[in-house]
Amino acid sequence: MKKKRENRKLKKIKGFTMQFLPYSEIKNLDSDERIKKILKIVLGNSILILQGKLKPEEESRLIGDTMAMIEHVPNFKGIELAVIAGNGNEGFFGKIKHNIVNTLSGGEIGAITIIGPATIVKEIKRDPKKIELMLNK
Amino acid sequence: MAIKVFKNFFKRIFTGLFKGKKDIKLGFYGPPNAGKTSLANRICKDFTGEEIGSVSKIPHETRSVQFKEKVEIEYKGKKMTFKMIDTPGIATKIDYEDFLKYKVGKKEARIRAKEATQGVIESIKWLDDMNVVVIVLDSTQNPYNQVNITIIGNLVARKIPVLIVANKIDLKKSDVKKIESAFPEYEVVGISARKGENLEEFYESVFKLAKKVK
Repeated sequence: MKKKRENRKLKKIKGFTMQFLPYSEIKNLDSDERIKKILKIVLGNSILILQGKLKPEEESRLIGDTMAMIEHVPNFKGIELAVIAGNGNEGFFGKIKHNIVNTLSGGEIGAITIIGPATIVKEIKRDPKKIELMLNK
Repeated sequence: MAIKVFKNFFKRIFTGLFKGKKDIKLGFYGPPNAGKTSLANRICKDFTGEEIGSVSKIPHETRSVQFKEKVEIEYKGKKMTFKMIDTPGIATKIDYEDFLKYKVGKKEARIRAKEATQGVIESIKWLDDMNVVVIVLDSTQNPYNQVNITIIGNLVARKIPVLIVANKIDLKKSDVKKIESAFPEYEVVGISARKGENLEEFYESVFKLAKKVK
């Protein structure tokens, strides 16, 4: 009986994939190409785990492009987006270290960005100490 | 003769100064249903007698940018003139089925969803044109929402002064401290736009912020 229930659970999570994108994959891309790459993954029904984070203007552009796509792509309802980064309370030396690492890597690689299609990801609940990915049934 | 020349000289300087001074563009940004239009309405009603737009419990009631020109706000004897810009709520997803819960017909829900997506695009485009922005958040909701962080990040990148308003303090679930701890670098003012609570502190903060506009 227990085994049966486990099998049913496995079937339920069969509809999506998670894709990890290292920062090096988008480092040399311009904003247009970055957003295009991200949306291509999300439209393929994958949850994207991106190393690093986008610039604020890229994030707002991503939201704008997502809105434009809702009308044109059947069954696409938008995205869920969350960035997990340091809270900026690392102190003076911590900040210097953080800036050096970012300068050397060419981006904020200490952060993680999660982007998923709204049809799969119902909500990304964030609290200062935890992050929860709620999936649609 | 010398006095007349002197008078004309000053007159020209001062007229030029005031002619060039435009109204401060005050934008209201935030997620849907946070109370942006309620707050803008409250201010407009108090100082012009007219409202800026309609409010509703249904999310995305404001689906296009709304303006009110020449709103002269008076606070403690000081006056400042603003162009009020109320923007549609910014969201990362819009599903027409969500509107059906509010007893909206299917056809109307689809139209509403389509207009709401365009409204989000319009709001984002308007970010560049603001002088000062008030971010209106619902203090009964979790503030750790990426949309809020994205809006603030964009304003900081554009060097636009920001004030965070924690609205709906009249509700039991309201938690202004949670908003303060989510955005420790910004001034947070708790208000109730619906009941007009704590607006004095809000006006004081808006005046302080408006002075930063170059």
